[in-house]
Amino acid sequence: MRFVSLFLNNRLTIAPEILVNDSSLKAVPFGELSTLEQPPLNPTFQYDKKLQQILYGKQLLFDELPFTVDQIQLHYENGYVKYSHGICKTSNGYLCSRCGNEKSRLFAMFSCFCCKNDNCVYCRNCIMMGRVSECTPLISWSGPEVRWSRGNKLHWNGELSSGQQVASKEFVERFGSDGKLLIWAVCGAGKTEVLFQGIEKALNLGLRVCIATPRTDVVLELAPRLKAVFPNTIIASYYGGSEERETPAQLVISTTHQLYRFKQAFNIMIVDEVDAFPYSYDKSLQHAVSRAVTPKHFLLYLSATPSKTMKKAAMNERLPCVKIPKRFHGFPLPVPKMVWGGEWKRRLEKGKLPAPFLKWLKAQGESGRRAMIFVSSVSVLEKLSELINRVVDVPVDSVHAEDPMRKEKVIQFRNEEIQLLVTTTILERGVTVPFLDVAVYGADHDVFTESALVQIAGRAGRSKDDHNGDVLLFHYGKSLSMIQAINHIKNMNKEAGI
Amino acid sequence: MSYCLYCHESYSKAWSWEVLIGLEVSPLLCQDCEGRLVSVKGEICRICGRDFSIFPEQYRQGDCCFDCIRWEENESWTGILQQNRSLYVYNDFMKELIAKLKYRGDAEVVKAFYPVLSSEFKKISRDAILVPIPLSEERHYERGFNQAELLAGGLKKQVESLLKRKIHEEKQSKKTREERLSQKENPFEVVDSVKVKDQKVILVDDVYTTGSTLRCAAKVLIEAGAKEVSSITLAR
Ligand SMILES: [Zn+2]
Ligand SMILES: [Zn+2]
Ligand SMILES: [Zn+2]
Ligand SMILES: [Zn+2]
Repeated sequence: MRFVSLFLNNRLTIAPEILVNDSSLKAVPFGELSTLEQPPLNPTFQYDKKLQQILYGKQLLFDELPFTVDQIQLHYENGYVKYSHGICKTSNGYLCSRCGNEKSRLFAMFSCFCCKNDNCVYCRNCIMMGRVSECTPLISWSGPEVRWSRGNKLHWNGELSSGQQVASKEFVERFGSDGKLLIWAVCGAGKTEVLFQGIEKALNLGLRVCIATPRTDVVLELAPRLKAVFPNTIIASYYGGSEERETPAQLVISTTHQLYRFKQAFNIMIVDEVDAFPYSYDKSLQHAVSRAVTPKHFLLYLSATPSKTMKKAAMNERLPCVKIPKRFHGFPLPVPKMVWGGEWKRRLEKGKLPAPFLKWLKAQGESGRRAMIFVSSVSVLEKLSELINRVVDVPVDSVHAEDPMRKEKVIQFRNEEIQLLVTTTILERGVTVPFLDVAVYGADHDVFTESALVQIAGRAGRSKDDHNGDVLLFHYGKSLSMIQAINHIKNMNKEAGI
Repeated sequence: MSYCLYCHESYSKAWSWEVLIGLEVSPLLCQDCEGRLVSVKGEICRICGRDFSIFPEQYRQGDCCFDCIRWEENESWTGILQQNRSLYVYNDFMKELIAKLKYRGDAEVVKAFYPVLSSEFKKISRDAILVPIPLSEERHYERGFNQAELLAGGLKKQVESLLKRKIHEEKQSKKTREERLSQKENPFEVVDSVKVKDQKVILVDDVYTTGSTLRCAAKVLIEAGAKEVSSITLAR
């Protein structure tokens, strides 16, 4: 967009070109305005409550707001809305102030029809949330704060395991001011229940809470559970395509990507699966977390497989940590077994399956039990599922990240309409199905890191009636990650005293 | 090492003599993304350039598909669009890619196809003028760019914006084929007929779906005196 500078009530202000009918004023691309004058708050102005509720604690684009440019401009002129630059020039390139991207390869420019600049720079890193370019202002709320209700009662009478109790108490007692805590809980420990009491306390102190997780599946699973136990609280879920983004919620469940929309919003940030893709290696998502929290905030990390850095920080007590080594049902974690699978890749290319795998597959098919078969890539996925389909006479399907039917297939698998599900590592977390066995085809491949294998093994034995699912790693030479994963699991079982 | 213009993953292209001496040109995408593209090759419809290998046999007659035959049988459309040629099949991946370009506004994605566009269409675009299908003023402002214009830029030739839209029409996708065909009013008009007269024109657009947009554009150009009109699209 282009803006003009003009005097309003004897103060220099800016206004979108399209709202000004004065051709003598020179319009310039928004990015070229070096100072953005902020008009003082006009206390007699009747601001729009809905705009306040949508915009409070966020930073959005014009396109994301269900208000006209006029309405937003009016709030700006009365000091209730602030405009800021989305893309800033730095000494060695650009910075996207929404996602924190500074990599020059993730900026591009185009000849822009809105600002008539032939080289309008935009950020490609956060393009999925709408384009932030040099000429698009980021809009935030600078009027009065939203006040939250204090009547948030927890409606839950389940019981915590002893491990959960310790972690829950730690969370409740630690926050209040700044601070952080890592809850290291094995897969199946029941980490959601650990959060309940802490969240209740925070909500009743008038604090705003966010649970951020890398995956949409987890948001979809958590939101109804939390809505059920906090029936009097306004809760909104944020993920690509969610419809609750305009709800003024005190408790937000969001994918890490959607955090880009927030600014200084949360007093308590709970980061789920802190080690998981893509959070762990995406600096800009860490930026999103740090932007979404208020200056004083409490950070709670949850993980079954914390990264090396995090474990180290926990060890030298820079990061307070509580462990829950025992599963909720009290039985040990199934320990993976390594099975020689020969040249699994070459055989696949020749249209053949390694004998030990074939043997397992046939037995599994006959047993009637469900199994997830993890593979290293989409190309292996396609070949393997085709071969499996030829060998066994049970319902087989496959799923990967880009699969448009992913959600439906996971539901079918849950409903036992699919018995054998071949998958990439995309389902290494989250999917919890009772009476399940797990196999990894080509476990020595690099994508199967220690934490990936621990998560994969964590799929098995989730129910107390079937706590001993099989976990088989078919390999062509043991990898270090395989050995580390097995030791990791054995150690956790030892710590749990079982 | 390069970065995929679609998914941003790093990749290195397999080395081969064909690539080295410029016989084989590929999009600036990683192997995974490139693998999800389906090139239009082999037998195609003489007019609309649709790939016959993925098209049911019963809907073709000789070297033409039924859709094109229907167009050609209608007197007012006979010979209006000489031919259309497309690079890729409009599959799920192409849909995602074009959505990212158009609806997210990621203009840079187009550049992945620049090498392929210029090498594939060098011959047919010789001594022709390139005209991108225009957007309405409002849509153009919303998006900030016209994807057809960006694509035309990849052909390394002068691009002439000789068409414009008359009015902001309803969303095309909401109408059925019949509604689109019967639509009396042509949405396009020629900006400068002098430049069109006796010229060979090549229209550029992102995707050929029913062919009515391109035919409407071709029609006003023919009426303005163009010698012949064909088209190029990224997907079909
Ligand atoms: Zn960005
Ligand atoms: Zn611009
Ligand atoms: Zn790619
Ligand atoms: Zn045809």
